[in-house]
Amino acid sequence: MSTGLLAGPRVIACPVCSLVCEDTLGEAEGRAGVRCPRCGAALHRRRPGGVERAFALLLAALILYVPANVLPVMHTSLFGRGGDSTILSGIIDFWRGGSRGIALIIFIASVAVPCTKFLVLGLLLATARRRSRWARRERAGLYRLVEWIGYWSMLDVVVVAVVSAIVKFQALSDVEPRIGILFFGAVVILTMLSAMSFDPRLIWDGK
Amino acid sequence: MRTFPELIVCEHCDSVYRRRALAPGETARCARCAATLYGARRIDVDRRLALTLAAAILFLIANLYPVIRVSLRGLRNEATLWESAAALAQGPMILVAIPFALAVIAVPFAQIVLLAWVLVHARAGRRAPGFAPAMRALAMLRPWSMVEVCLLGILVSVVKLSSFSQVSPGAGLWAMAGLMLLLPLIADRSIRRLWDWTEPAPRLGAKP
Repeated sequence: MSTGLLAGPRVIACPVCSLVCEDTLGEAEGRAGVRCPRCGAALHRRRPGGVERAFALLLAALILYVPANVLPVMHTSLFGRGGDSTILSGIIDFWRGGSRGIALIIFIASVAVPCTKFLVLGLLLATARRRSRWARRERAGLYRLVEWIGYWSMLDVVVVAVVSAIVKFQALSDVEPRIGILFFGAVVILTMLSAMSFDPRLIWDGK
Repeated sequence: MRTFPELIVCEHCDSVYRRRALAPGETARCARCAATLYGARRIDVDRRLALTLAAAILFLIANLYPVIRVSLRGLRNEATLWESAAALAQGPMILVAIPFALAVIAVPFAQIVLLAWVLVHARAGRRAPGFAPAMRALAMLRPWSMVEVCLLGILVSVVKLSSFSQVSPGAGLWAMAGLMLLLPLIADRSIRRLWDWTEPAPRLGAKP
């Protein structure tokens, strides 16, 4: 795109309908309650809550990630033999059972994606707080990556739900969800909320 | 407050650009941070409405018919999306069953209904009653719609179960596959352009 940057009055874009409005927030950003004249959404120069809220949510997710991995997510009983499985043991079972592709998909969704989110969001929050000017274009790309991989970790929650719903064969075989999946679901939702609270425009605020 | 409908601000870095018409297939990207600003109009209101109705039919099939069937030593079982959500809801696990049901059932349902409502009126060139809250809701719901993840999860379950039983996909699974293709097409970020397309005539040339 070659139109280039324009000079003129301070403007602000509506987060819902994208209408570009004159910035009349003044110094009272956040409290004044200026709304978009077209759709009525509240206008903010930066998302309210910002780095602190994003950081709090990320920390909560990181803490819950421990029980999500340690506690069993599923209890399987097959022909009288029963056992609990965790997320990692499920991946190992698939790998040993020969379904390496599936093991890889679950590994990416349940281990690689959450860990990437922790690292990238942590990096973005730390650099935004220090108003760093380092690698801004690359950091903007990282934020879009985190936004895009957002909910793929929900995969394990879906698998546990579907498998527990269908494997109901009384004495022969039965599958039940276990508490670990609750923590895992919470991790996914909290990291999504953390990414949504972080305002990517903070990356460009460095002086 | 002055508004500038001819401008666009990059959501990811606050750079300001003048909008210009794009050729089909072109995408406008921010020169500073490389985020997508807007794309060429891929589907018009009529087509979007037609696809929304198709999505509504697929949604019904995906919810009414089983997504997966298994048989084990002569015993048969099948599960729908609703039964999957219910199976998850054991004791405290209801706290994860509810987001699951929201993400794969309630959010796609709300997206389809809201879209159909605003599009039916947009065809006539006007804004539906409740247009603003509907559009705000659509923007809020978009990140929480998880049909693709759900489909992948069902496919992983099929493989998981096939090691000890006979598994076959149900009609609901095919409907979900269709829904997975349609939803991102009809409920993507470009629907916010409906604000521009339904702009009442006198306000089009807001004072520069």
